[in-house]
Amino acid sequence: MAARSISYEFTKGLLRNNPVFVQVLGMCPVLAVSTSVVNGLGMGLATSFVLVSAALIASVIKPIVPSEVRIPVYAVVIATFVTIADLVLRAFFPPLSASLGPYVPLIVVNCVIMGRIEAFATRNRPIAAVSDALGMGAGFTAALMVLGAVREVLGSGAFFGIELFGEGFTPLLVMILPAGAFLTLGVLMAVFNAAKEGSHMVLIKAESKAEA
Amino acid sequence: MSIVVLILSAAIVNNFVLTYFVGICPFIGVSKKIDSALSMGIAVTFVMTITAIVTWIINRFILIQFGLPFLEYVSYIVVIASLVQFVEMFIKKTSPALYRTLGIFLPLITTNCAILFVALLHTMRGYGFIESVVFGIGAGVGFTLAIVIMAGIREQLETADIPRPFQGAAITLIVAGILALAFMGFSGLLSA
Repeated sequence: MAARSISYEFTKGLLRNNPVFVQVLGMCPVLAVSTSVVNGLGMGLATSFVLVSAALIASVIKPIVPSEVRIPVYAVVIATFVTIADLVLRAFFPPLSASLGPYVPLIVVNCVIMGRIEAFATRNRPIAAVSDALGMGAGFTAALMVLGAVREVLGSGAFFGIELFGEGFTPLLVMILPAGAFLTLGVLMAVFNAAKEGSHMVLIKAESKAEA
Repeated sequence: MSIVVLILSAAIVNNFVLTYFVGICPFIGVSKKIDSALSMGIAVTFVMTITAIVTWIINRFILIQFGLPFLEYVSYIVVIASLVQFVEMFIKKTSPALYRTLGIFLPLITTNCAILFVALLHTMRGYGFIESVVFGIGAGVGFTLAIVIMAGIREQLETADIPRPFQGAAITLIVAGILALAFMGFSGLLSA
């Protein structure tokens, strides 16, 4: 693979290759904890921490890991960092830890992390692996926060816990229920697809004009 | 909690896929055909039940016994990964026909969060041995039910005229949302 710039590795995770909207990976936490922006941010940061640390370690230890047992080895590395993240959350942010509940340990099996380690971190140098992981983590966090914002505004009439609409607003209860998570993500994904198609059209038009 | 209530709760009222959002990856990835969805469901139920048994024993007799609860995640994931490997070898040896049906799905199960979720939840709720096993079976049945229903709907969707941006994962998620709404109707079955 040709070496690409660090900034390329970082930015591809934000939009072009967004782990949630484009790769459709790591759906469980995305759907489960996106009832509010704060939950989304907390989950996104915890996942990013694990992703970056595990990608760095995996990229460094790759030469000494036999390829037959690499998946269990990486799983143990990931589980170790998840344990650290879980203990830190429990000690310093007890309310956030309580509302994320069992979804913090579930970061262990988040396919975004194993996917990036398998597909990128073990095939590249540590610096590239870390910038890729940072970009993917940022893209994941952004997707969680967008989803969290839509659901919190519509479902509880608030943003970051601040009431927005006053007395007259009836919250759409369905938005913070499980069904709302599926519906919101489905619609957001369609919007994302449509926007991407639109920008493609603009590019193609610009190119054909330039050629003419 | 009685056994019947526990099964009903795990399989239908608190369906793993539609209320806890675990096991979404295979739920979206392997729900194109009813046959493969059913095979996946059976494989998951099988691994889930064994996982519930083994992790319960490990938690009770090793982690609690020696005061090592911080090793919970690391030990569970190692157990699940090796269990899946073992189950795969065992089925390959004893029943080649079953292996051909389940074969490709077995390795995928390691990263199915529903499996780890069963282990975490029975630890968190402090279930006894029998309860944990029953919980594992119920959760597996619930997963099978959800993925087979989904596959049935998607077979119909094949011929539907879906707007371009909604094709693929987007429409699948929206269908899952409607399915979750339908399953909410069951929440009146159990009061707790």
